[in-house]
Amino acid sequence: MIPAAFEYVAPTTVEEALAALAEHGDEAKIIAGGQSLLPVLRMRLNAPEWVIDLGRIESLRGVRDGGDHLVIGAMTTHHDVGQDPLVHEHALLVSKAITHLADAQVRHRGTFGGSLAHADPGGDLGAPALALGSTFVVQGPGGTREVAAGDFFVDLFETAISDDEILVEVRVPKHDGWVASYEKFVRIAHQWPIVAVAATLRMEGDTIAEARIGLTNMGSTPLRASAAEQALVGQPATEEGVAAAAALVVEGTNPPTDLNGTAEYRRHVATVFTRRAVLAAAGRG
Amino acid sequence: MARINLTVDGQQVADDVEPRTLLVQYLREQLGKTGTVIGCDTSNCGACTVHLNGRSVKSCNVLAVQVDGAEVTTIEGLAAEDGTLHPVQESFRECHGLQCGFCTPGMIMQTVDLLAENPSPSEEAIRLGLEGNLCRCTGYHNIVRAVQHAAGTTTETSSEAGASA
Amino acid sequence: MTATQEPTRQAEIGRDRRRKEDQRLITGRTRWTDNITLPGMLHLAMVRSPYAHARITGIETSAAKASTNVVAVLTGADLGEGQGACINAWPVTTDQVTPAHLPMPTDRVAFAGETVAVVVARSAAEARDAAELVEVDYEELPAALDLKEAAAAHENGGVIAHPDLGTNVSAVWRFDSAEAGTGGDVEAAITEARAGGILIEREYRQQRLIPAFMEPRSVVVDPTGEQITVWSATQIPHILRFALAATTGVPESKIRVIAPDVGGGFGGKLQQTPEEMIAFAVARRLGKPVKFTETRSESLLTAHHGRDQWQRLTLAATSDGRVTGLKVDLLADLGAYVAIVGGGVPVLGAFMFNAIYKFPAYQFQTTNVLTNKTWTDAYRGAGRPEATYAIERLMDELAAEVGVDPLEIREKNWITHEEFPFTTVAGLEYDSGNYEAATARAKEMFGYDALRAEQAERRAAGDRVQLGLGVSTFTEMCGLAPSRVLGSLNYGAGGWEHAEVRMLATGKVEVITGASAHGQGHETAFSQIVADRLGVPFEDVEVLHGDTQISHKGLDTYGSRSLVVGGEALVRAVDKVIEKARPIAAHLLEASADDLEFKHGQFSVKGTDAAMAITEIATAVFAAHNLPDGVEPSIDSEATYDPVNFNYPHGTHLCAVEVDTETGQIKLRKYVCCDDIGVVINPLIVAGQVHGGLVQGIAQALWEEAVYDENGTLVSGSFVDYLLPTAADTISFEIDHTTSPATTNSLGTKGVGEAGTIASTPAVVNAVVDAVRHLGVNDITMPCTPERVWRAINDGSSGGETPEAAMPHFDSAEGDVQ
Repeated sequence: MIPAAFEYVAPTTVEEALAALAEHGDEAKIIAGGQSLLPVLRMRLNAPEWVIDLGRIESLRGVRDGGDHLVIGAMTTHHDVGQDPLVHEHALLVSKAITHLADAQVRHRGTFGGSLAHADPGGDLGAPALALGSTFVVQGPGGTREVAAGDFFVDLFETAISDDEILVEVRVPKHDGWVASYEKFVRIAHQWPIVAVAATLRMEGDTIAEARIGLTNMGSTPLRASAAEQALVGQPATEEGVAAAAALVVEGTNPPTDLNGTAEYRRHVATVFTRRAVLAAAGRG
Repeated sequence: MARINLTVDGQQVADDVEPRTLLVQYLREQLGKTGTVIGCDTSNCGACTVHLNGRSVKSCNVLAVQVDGAEVTTIEGLAAEDGTLHPVQESFRECHGLQCGFCTPGMIMQTVDLLAENPSPSEEAIRLGLEGNLCRCTGYHNIVRAVQHAAGTTTETSSEAGASA
Repeated sequence: MTATQEPTRQAEIGRDRRRKEDQRLITGRTRWTDNITLPGMLHLAMVRSPYAHARITGIETSAAKASTNVVAVLTGADLGEGQGACINAWPVTTDQVTPAHLPMPTDRVAFAGETVAVVVARSAAEARDAAELVEVDYEELPAALDLKEAAAAHENGGVIAHPDLGTNVSAVWRFDSAEAGTGGDVEAAITEARAGGILIEREYRQQRLIPAFMEPRSVVVDPTGEQITVWSATQIPHILRFALAATTGVPESKIRVIAPDVGGGFGGKLQQTPEEMIAFAVARRLGKPVKFTETRSESLLTAHHGRDQWQRLTLAATSDGRVTGLKVDLLADLGAYVAIVGGGVPVLGAFMFNAIYKFPAYQFQTTNVLTNKTWTDAYRGAGRPEATYAIERLMDELAAEVGVDPLEIREKNWITHEEFPFTTVAGLEYDSGNYEAATARAKEMFGYDALRAEQAERRAAGDRVQLGLGVSTFTEMCGLAPSRVLGSLNYGAGGWEHAEVRMLATGKVEVITGASAHGQGHETAFSQIVADRLGVPFEDVEVLHGDTQISHKGLDTYGSRSLVVGGEALVRAVDKVIEKARPIAAHLLEASADDLEFKHGQFSVKGTDAAMAITEIATAVFAAHNLPDGVEPSIDSEATYDPVNFNYPHGTHLCAVEVDTETGQIKLRKYVCCDDIGVVINPLIVAGQVHGGLVQGIAQALWEEAVYDENGTLVSGSFVDYLLPTAADTISFEIDHTTSPATTNSLGTKGVGEAGTIASTPAVVNAVVDAVRHLGVNDITMPCTPERVWRAINDGSSGGETPEAAMPHFDSAEGDVQ
């Protein structure tokens, strides 16, 4: 319950934060909202010598309109993202996923960028961010660079962010008029998702014109179900129309087996929940 | 050690803290605000919930150094200065929303936040709004009644809340 | 002296008084043990074994000792005999095998989490830091983990949890109705049923549970002063004091144990813990106050667990569903040591498998087995939930076999209300009850027939979501316990309770009880009893408990005993106050004692308007200026009550669940219960006890399980993996009561603390099985996880064991945490 001792620095600019990171390197951990880091430190599963707090860098907070995309500052809290009308209008899938993310207290403190950079395959934001084709903007000593969603998540708790870089913002392409649903499978409300499916659709009448499907906790990273997406195009939003496409989501997945279920069962649930997410998004759930 | 200045339950305080000190440990051990308690080490139980700048947070999941300059309200600062209970405190007593009382500070602080955001929640919204707070005694039944009572959304009389709800 | 005025006061008993204790709890003015800070207080951190079974070959403490602000690092060898021992109060057989249990072992650890060294430092953080510097060398030994394998290990050369003992079998305890003369021969009934009736044979698993009280355990020991003062988050301050004295050699009179505010227990704080013993030993050795507060992870790992049985059951019945015999064969996992009640837990269930039914023949046997896992002991219900689960599941199976409604099969077999008092095949005398009335009321509240109709429709339509209805008509034995019965069962103590009433000079009343509340509302309920009986205002009664210097005598709180045993002691103490006051009142009123009547707090002279309040007599006794000759100046009284019988609440619980046959997910749809707990003192508190009990029982059915991996590591070791339900997972309940007053106590009360937990588990599982029985399912292993339900539907199995656990979620968080 008591973390090992560490030194603490709370820079007020990204540049100062990068300087601190450069100075302390491997011995440092970055804290954003801290909702995943602090439990790790309390349990002494990790004991950094330095903790660099991004909480006082105001420029990393907020959601703004970037033209064809939204810009979500890495240090914007889940609560603020979830409440943001721009997000609701242009990236409904993100709003939907956030209502399922952890609990109210954690949403007040945890941050959009922190959760994504943590890269827990059970995190609720990876699948929507991936499905929406987001771009991750990271800043390092040499300036900023953009990482495509498909390249961002590398492995379990591992991203394309280098040791000397910080995630500063996430650009989410606008999906105006798209419907969305995030279906999360848990045994108990406060669990991490056992499986979750993020689905967003562009409908033309009763027909699915475009689909984006992301999967949570079905492998070591969030996954995009491209085969299912393609198979959904042109289908009616009915049980029969969606079922065959939903069965394709398990392609390329490698879910864990743990206390909450076997890999086999997770694949089954992913199939069922994909069908339900698509139908729910289309208003047929 | 780092110097922090903040307002806790309306009072200005300043202390030197180790960076690793959790807000809940600071509240309990340095300020003597033992009304806020620690129930777990994984941030699941919510017993340590306080308000940080007006929003509910789990004080085990915040470092004391992070609240420099902030305003914190604990269960001990919820009632009026003359001792008049906050309506949510009153409703927990009225509806028997507590037994051992250990989860109660967190439940009450989270309920205050929940009702600030949604003054007339449905039963489902109440239950989801409290998903970050564990109680082992009440089975949540009377906690939900207490929240409804505080919100004025219950049609039951308070005595029915306990006897045969 | 006041003139008689017939006071118009509402009866307190039966009134839904808001609780006295709440004002402090809702404002944070609480005194949990961890809140206590004393001058010079030192903090402890435990060094715990990561191995389930290992020899300790060396402990290197020098680095820890050299750390700043570390005062001492002590091992079991350092503390020696002064550390005392953890006791087992109930050797269930005279030849029970009981491993010695040192708080800190010196040479061998027997479960993962056992303490091998303690670090003492000026702050908790420094103690924790230094604990990481203690290096312990272990030689790992094979661990006995699987209950069935462990039970047979002495026969087949398997792994022995304590090699010196040569066996894992601690005791075999047996009851047979033919041998006891309480019923017939169960083997004959089975033979007959096999030939021409119905024989139901099942094996059920009671998974291992963790009580998971919300307040982690904490202990503060102050050795300064004449008495050593121990504050502990315990249910049993009196028993703890006894055990400390009995095993350390410190005179009992030199030990004061205080249970201040205690945040829940559910049996989980019914223990004399190694941590309490270690803190006591360290404080004595260093002469300084010490504190130890466990983390939640330590609590889940080392505070005793509950349940953990295999139940082999054989039910014999006639072809029309009349039960002719029940045979029960249990394996009970004690864990690494025989805890304070320990092997007595399954024995507490031995008398309850026959439940509310008239079975002609019954046999029970439990084999209590030692393993290298956390010790097990009482958890809400202790033995009775296991029994109730088994029989209520079997009755549903019998109903399915006969092809009738589960309520019909119960009615065919239950004791009718005219038959009370009824002596059961297990030899107990049930004093009162009315199963018909409770069942009728529950059915009405539930809308039973309409739900059955909906179920039939859904089945016929082949709906994806199927409806299941579950029944549990439970009874239990509580109010522990008649001392003579405990003696006959070889229990080490009695089952009485003690109460005192102090009449203060200002008219206030102090009530002292040996029951030790930890959330149950004793202060309020006991005040109501005293207010009514003594005729004083509710507000004027102060209930004191949980401090052995104030409440010097008591046997604490567990087994739904506080009201039915402690409350009766209180009633008797109050009555003694009245009788002591009577001659004084007669003297002051200048009347004959025989002419006095006591009503509404006043002695009045029959046929006159002369009267005197008992509080006025208390003031007169305080002054002692004008008392009758030879009468002592005190009307304070005490009483110790030993119950004559157990206490038998009962009730009918009905549960409806919706099962998603595609995923196996279960949704609670409706839960109603009608409990008969005799006369209710405070309906608000009773409702709270029922609600909370229901959720704990439902949680066993659906969510909770302590899981070990093949190395003996507890993988459900945090609230991330040990699944306590939240508000979002549960529903609102509909509860009601019928009233058959208990005939064995003055108030007619019955215990309620465990009833909800005992009843609800089988109601839920019966509902889940009922929802999918038409798909070929007749059992689902608890907890009924979605995957188990799904597998049961798809392959007709009971869903199988919990899959091998991955490490807790946080363990892999090595990457970029931002």
